[in-house]
Amino acid sequence: MRVLLVDDEEELVSALAERLSLRGIDADWVCTCYGALERVEVKTFDIAVLDVKMPKMSGLELKRRLQEKCPDMKFIFVTGHGSEDDFRAALTEAGTAYYLVKPLNIQTLIDKMSQALKG
Amino acid sequence: MSGKCDIIGETGLRFYGKTAASLSHEIKNALAIINENAGLLKDFTLMSKEGLPLDPERLMSIAEKVMTQVRRANGIVANMNKFAHSVDESVKDVDLGEILEFVATLSRRLASMRGVALEPRRVTSSVTITTNPFFLQNLVSLCLDFAMDAAGEGKTVGLVAEETENGARVRFMGVGGLAEVVGDTFPANREKILLEALRAQLVVDTEAGELVLTLSRDIH
Repeated sequence: MRVLLVDDEEELVSALAERLSLRGIDADWVCTCYGALERVEVKTFDIAVLDVKMPKMSGLELKRRLQEKCPDMKFIFVTGHGSEDDFRAALTEAGTAYYLVKPLNIQTLIDKMSQALKG
Repeated sequence: MSGKCDIIGETGLRFYGKTAASLSHEIKNALAIINENAGLLKDFTLMSKEGLPLDPERLMSIAEKVMTQVRRANGIVANMNKFAHSVDESVKDVDLGEILEFVATLSRRLASMRGVALEPRRVTSSVTITTNPFFLQNLVSLCLDFAMDAAGEGKTVGLVAEETENGARVRFMGVGGLAEVVGDTFPANREKILLEALRAQLVVDTEAGELVLTLSRDIH
């Protein structure tokens, strides 16, 4: 499983990527939406885990742009808010099963990623 | 009068809600980082039980990251508390420069979402006025919101408090693009009612790229 983690909190994505790597998952991370769009040009990912609220471009907009470049890529949304609006937007984009609220449980994240890839 | 009170109340509640949501989002991020670093410590402990050596330097670095996030969250909670107490007194003496720095701190995340930097500056040592601190924070925040949208991504909006003959003024600087966005929408009714309550005036200087908020020395 090749995962791209995108969140503007560097300390969060770097630690999460390390924890996923310790579990045998090929995890890469970037802190900006533009960084994500560049990374997929040079590396193939099966799934992207996107923060919903990021500077300059939302995770939802990023998903649409990534999908144009990588039509087979799956997505999971992560948010700190858990607000009704975020939930509805993510529901439309990825379905309720693939929307997680911070702080994350790593096993739940891995399970959701596996489900998304099977689905 | 009741209509104005309703608008001022609704505007205040929206400001309160928006600020609380933004600050709580930041706390969530700090907690999420603490969570991942605690998880890493747990992973390393489990690995050491399997016979892999622990790296003390690595453990120290993770502990420091946790402490940094605890300090960050503590600062955010302190700001939330200060903000909550700004409704305690309807009129009090306030340091205008301090208010600008505080509103800029509260708005930093929303500014970052837009790719805008905020730069509160102090020209004189202290500018004190007697006013309603919550209404003033609300009005400054609304002006700042407008200024950030007008300035656009990649720009820096400066905030300066200056003493005047009859009170004080706040200048929102670096607001290029005012001519394109200013029209019938700003100042809207909510800003106008807050201006009236604070006995203040707002001038939009499209040529200089500035919003100038003039405040009375004492609203009594």
